[in-house]
Amino acid sequence: MSDQTNPGASGATGTATAEPVLVASGLEKSFFGVTVLRGVGLELRAGEVHGLVGENGAGKSTFMKILAGVYERDAGTVRLGGADVDFHHPVEAAQAGLATVFQEFNLLPERSVAENVFLGREPRKGGFVDRKGMVRRTRELLDELGIDFIDADAPVRSLTVAEQQIVEIVKGLSTDARVIQMDEPTAALADHEVELLYSIIRRLQERGVAILYVSHRLREIFDLCDTITVLKDGALVSTDPAADLDTDELVRRMVGRPIEAYYPDAEPGTELGEPRLELRGAGNDYVDAVDLEVRAGEIVGIAGLQGSGRTELVEAVFGVAPFTRGSMRLDGREVRVTGARQAVRAGLALITEDRKAQGLALNQSIADNALLVIRSVFSRRTGAVRRELPGVLTSLEVASQGVDQEVQYLSGGNQQKVVLAKWLATKPRVVLLDEPTRGIDVGAKVAVYRLMRRLAKEGVAILMISSELPEVIGMSDRILVMHDGRASAELPARSDEATILAAATGTLRVGGTDVADLGGAS
Amino acid sequence: MSAASAAPRPARPRRRRRLDASLIVGIALVAVIVIGAVLLATIGRNFFSAGNIRDILTGMSVLGFVAIGQTLVILCASLDLSVPYVVSLSSLIAADIMAGNPANIPMAVLVVLVVAALIGLANGLIVSKLKVNGFIATLGTGLIIKGYLDTNYQGTSGSVPWDFQLIGATGVGPIPVSTLLMLFVALLAALFLARTRTGHRIYAVGGDEQVARLSGIRTARPVIVAHVLCSISAALAGLLLASRLGVGSPTVGTQGGYDLLSIAAVVLGGTLLMGGRGSIWGTIGGVAIFAVVDNVMSVLQVNPFLKDVVRGVVIVAAVAVYTSRQVDRRRPRFGPRGSVSQATDAPGGSDSTGTGRPGETSSDREEVRA
Repeated sequence: MSDQTNPGASGATGTATAEPVLVASGLEKSFFGVTVLRGVGLELRAGEVHGLVGENGAGKSTFMKILAGVYERDAGTVRLGGADVDFHHPVEAAQAGLATVFQEFNLLPERSVAENVFLGREPRKGGFVDRKGMVRRTRELLDELGIDFIDADAPVRSLTVAEQQIVEIVKGLSTDARVIQMDEPTAALADHEVELLYSIIRRLQERGVAILYVSHRLREIFDLCDTITVLKDGALVSTDPAADLDTDELVRRMVGRPIEAYYPDAEPGTELGEPRLELRGAGNDYVDAVDLEVRAGEIVGIAGLQGSGRTELVEAVFGVAPFTRGSMRLDGREVRVTGARQAVRAGLALITEDRKAQGLALNQSIADNALLVIRSVFSRRTGAVRRELPGVLTSLEVASQGVDQEVQYLSGGNQQKVVLAKWLATKPRVVLLDEPTRGIDVGAKVAVYRLMRRLAKEGVAILMISSELPEVIGMSDRILVMHDGRASAELPARSDEATILAAATGTLRVGGTDVADLGGAS
Repeated sequence: MSAASAAPRPARPRRRRRLDASLIVGIALVAVIVIGAVLLATIGRNFFSAGNIRDILTGMSVLGFVAIGQTLVILCASLDLSVPYVVSLSSLIAADIMAGNPANIPMAVLVVLVVAALIGLANGLIVSKLKVNGFIATLGTGLIIKGYLDTNYQGTSGSVPWDFQLIGATGVGPIPVSTLLMLFVALLAALFLARTRTGHRIYAVGGDEQVARLSGIRTARPVIVAHVLCSISAALAGLLLASRLGVGSPTVGTQGGYDLLSIAAVVLGGTLLMGGRGSIWGTIGGVAIFAVVDNVMSVLQVNPFLKDVVRGVVIVAAVAVYTSRQVDRRRPRFGPRGSVSQATDAPGGSDSTGTGRPGETSSDREEVRA
């Protein structure tokens, strides 16, 4: 265990002027003859946060995985602390001081925080695992990050997603990492949890750790990063100080063309019709006293912190955990939806938050997935929908090798489009979207937004949950803010982030300083 | 600004631990004992008499040995169906080698343990290296052993000297030596799981093999070790049965139904059938529950078929209880009639969500909504 002897820890200036800790150059990689990385390189300095951006498929993940030793590189060199390295396993990289926080958590839910942090290298004393020492060391690491609300003894299952993310970072730190790579660390976090991650990253930065930060959320990239590298189609586009760039320029470099209307306006001819979905004093075990109305052609955004009851609300509408109080009307008719099958028949569609676990059968084909609901609920229409499927997939711009390809080989954005195709086939009148653009690239996001606008024009009522405030603001005709299981505010279109955040955190009443702080932070 | 928003988060109170599974087993065991004692009292028998306690503890020891090993295997998400044949084979090897001569005892025990270890090694290698599902792999090795037994033994064989029979026959007060040995092995297994790296890795591999692999764990090793230890503990059960019977028997394992009963005891003890969570002491509790239920029904002279019905009900009920406890991951935030919607919320009413966010009182919310 080399302790505190690394150059980064001593030169904790936070300024990125030192010698680079990590130099990657000319990295190349191809899978089955398809080149995914062509001659990409970058330099990381102690105390620097280096953003790596690009559309899905641009090669960001491959680049990180080569550095981490998950993949072997075909060509190129990596120097860590002045020495050439070639890792064959993430653990080998971590022991050499290069830790990676992968997008998918590598945690055992049934084991404690400490057992997870030291998984695979449990400290021993007299031949036996030193459990006390493990817990003590984990506490020290948490303290160093200023985290006092995670119990090193608690099972990981009892932690929130954000807390689990912190455990992943602590795991990286436990090997005295000089470089930490983070792949989409905020993909599963709500805005206030992102703030917590920011403060942790800044602490790491002060300690002289170099951070390679991959995110689709451009605001985070600008908030955090000193330097930004753009990849496109496996090649390096540019590396510049963040101060020299702005969002429009970055997006232009990522996609190669400017996205004039990132959030498209309502399509001409979209009209607000009769209320399609009405809730009056609706509640169950998880939400309470919700009043809500979504009209035909309307997009209502639901904002709120993770755990505020957003998902529970749409699940109640869809009959997963039905309302037990109040009333729910669909197209003016009082209904009691008590199961998903009934919901589908009633004209509801729910695009769930976790598409891999709840939205898709990953090892089945695109066609099987897209026809799943139709087959089980409206089996007579299966044939017609199957014939239309290639056209639907084309209109959604799904990039695939055909309808028989297994969805696990599609990118996140294309997987999400398959989920959407599955639900559009049922011709829903009310569409419930739970985090529809989580973890998908800019191009796919815009495709989802366009689709929402098109559905609205066709008279569909849309309810969209999102943790990304710009998305809520950019897309919604009205914004419902959830807090602690109830609707804490209903705000008009184009409300500002500070107001939404204040309602979401329950601090709207304070007005002055609190709101200003929250607003400034976002 | 980040520091400002991170700092005021209050220290989170120690989370309320979910009721530990082995604690539930303990409670269930006490309940079974109380019910059994009352039932026996109605026919004028004393559940707690030295003789009855000895009977129960004797009933625990053989299944206990097998279930300890089964726990290790199930924790790493495998299964061992070959245990009854290993039990029979061990009893035969032991009785044949001993051949009534006390001098042969050490050699017999050694050979039995080595043979069992080799069977376990084969199971472990098939499961971890050939990637054959544990259910199928051990069904296969079990059948192979069964074929060997059926071909070479028509009935009981060998002879166990009196010195060795003492193990199954003597006790310290009302506690049989065999039960003490079983509990000692359980203690070793529990220490192995809690205090060795291999023990920790058994949980890791069973919990999520991918996570274990990415954490640098060689995932085959814990599985192999668990299978070897499982076969060895089944062999100990075979030795104990040989000691009790005085001979080796090719059917003693299958008659005991140790494959499914041991799995049932493990699951009854709160270990997840898909691995990653569970404990040895829970398993011992499960074994004890079976022993008490069997004992009470024997003393009451219940129809033997009804015995199996009761066992079946116990197993299904136990797993149903555990499953229902896993579902309530999300704690309800509101009561059946919603929160108190009157003007004044009672403090500490229905708003304790356990997430400990700052500034979160019922009055806050009312003002936001106003």
